[in-house]
Amino acid sequence: MCGIVGLLIRDPAWEPELGALVAPMLSAMGDRGFDSTGIAIYRDADPGRCRVTVHRRPGLAWSAVTTALDAGVGPGTSLVSDGDIGALSSPAPLERVLSLLAGLAPAVVVAGFGHAVEVIKDTGNAAAVCTRYHVDRRQGYIALGHTRMATESAVTAVHSHPFVPAADLCLVHNGSFSNHATVRRRLEADGWTFDSDNDSEVAARYIASRLAQGDDLAEAVRWLTKELDGFFTLAISTADSLAVVRDPISCKPAVVAETASYVAVASEYRALATLPRIEDARVFEPSPEEIYLWTR
Amino acid sequence: MDEVGREARGPATAPAAGSDQVILSCAELPTREINGALRALPDGTSVVITEPRGRHNLAVGLTNHLDLTIAGNSGYFTGGLSEGPDITVDGFVGWSVGENLMGGTIRVRGSASQSAGSSAHGGLIAIEGGASLRAGISLKGGTVAIGGDAGAMCAFMAQAGIILIGGDAGPGLGDSLYEAVIYVGGSLHGLGADAQIEELNDDDVLAVKRLVELTGFDHIDPGNVKRVASARTLYHFDSANFAAY
Repeated sequence: MCGIVGLLIRDPAWEPELGALVAPMLSAMGDRGFDSTGIAIYRDADPGRCRVTVHRRPGLAWSAVTTALDAGVGPGTSLVSDGDIGALSSPAPLERVLSLLAGLAPAVVVAGFGHAVEVIKDTGNAAAVCTRYHVDRRQGYIALGHTRMATESAVTAVHSHPFVPAADLCLVHNGSFSNHATVRRRLEADGWTFDSDNDSEVAARYIASRLAQGDDLAEAVRWLTKELDGFFTLAISTADSLAVVRDPISCKPAVVAETASYVAVASEYRALATLPRIEDARVFEPSPEEIYLWTR
Repeated sequence: MDEVGREARGPATAPAAGSDQVILSCAELPTREINGALRALPDGTSVVITEPRGRHNLAVGLTNHLDLTIAGNSGYFTGGLSEGPDITVDGFVGWSVGENLMGGTIRVRGSASQSAGSSAHGGLIAIEGGASLRAGISLKGGTVAIGGDAGAMCAFMAQAGIILIGGDAGPGLGDSLYEAVIYVGGSLHGLGADAQIEELNDDDVLAVKRLVELTGFDHIDPGNVKRVASARTLYHFDSANFAAY
């Protein structure tokens, strides 16, 4: 199965409540996939600073990460840790920070990066991961979450959704792709590298490759529906947008609730039922192959 | 799935004071307890399920004749497998409302998600709003009446029974039909393989008239619907038809 949740806040007054609103949504989808859970949270960027979320190998001292970064880019990088996940904020260029962190692999693994996004993902069911990483306390304007029932690749934090193929770009997937190996080979030939052997990561890299060629998000998603074959409900977020698309057969569910204050998407209505004023929302199912895109 | 392992304790609540109506709250009871309590009620009982909030598997497998209302939006498989109760959902429903229904009625005041009435052998599923993809898939003798529009691939491989669509029918209507018959009040957006539009006869008009009376879908004019049924060219494999499969 797998579960998807997404929430885009339209009324800034709700931004402090983003985590409190999305944690019950994610937990409600916990029984659609309890192998692993992930969530991307977007909050306003700090001018001149990038954000990178990392996992450390248990036992590694966080000071090993900050020392390496200070040595590489100079002082000024901050780290807020929550268990084995650390949120880095640095005045250094994002590419430089990522390159230094790559040198610390596999003791340190990058979960997400950009200027607005933080990504929490780990093995375990939704309620446990939400509690472990205090998801309900997070603030921001977009959240994109996933509960995974693994079908085609290993259960690790790296194989968990969301996948982050480019700065502030996240993708979650319910379904399976049948031609992912073909598309992967093509992307690899074009120089794209992968973090895992997961089929959904191919979709994420594919979107990133289209955006890198100059497509806007809707156009990139349109190309994905032509090039990737399989079953999918996909939700994709950028620093200012949330997009949803389903395959032509639409065997994988999705429900949208739209109000003046927020747009929410989930695999099932159960996940939306806890949202404020849901009874006044316009609730609908995304039509097959139609691309839905909401901007902040 | 969310309540696996909980022990059913039988009827969980007494009729409300001064009334014979039984109230079961999803906010207080797991699904198995609700369904266990429903099964234990005598025929003729009026019962309300409150705060469903999209809960799956409500009122499934019932054989007693209850007058049952679900007061809100219900989840997957609502009323499925039942043969007896008259169920009203005051809201919308998730996937597969009335799946494998054997008898009784299910009325949905709102819309229905995918696969409404799939494999229903008997009974009536009346949806006042629209129905999403694959309504009436593999229908086996039940009746699915949709007041609004039907999504793509409605009646796929339906074997017996009637599907009435008050609004428009999406693409691929009646693909690989067997003996089920479809009536469409609105416009068609493409037929599936082996489905064809047929002449409407007096029996058809009478059948639709009865259904309109039963459902109250009086925006449907029984004399002015399109009848869609199987062309019966795909029943047995014939290499000449290969391209049509």
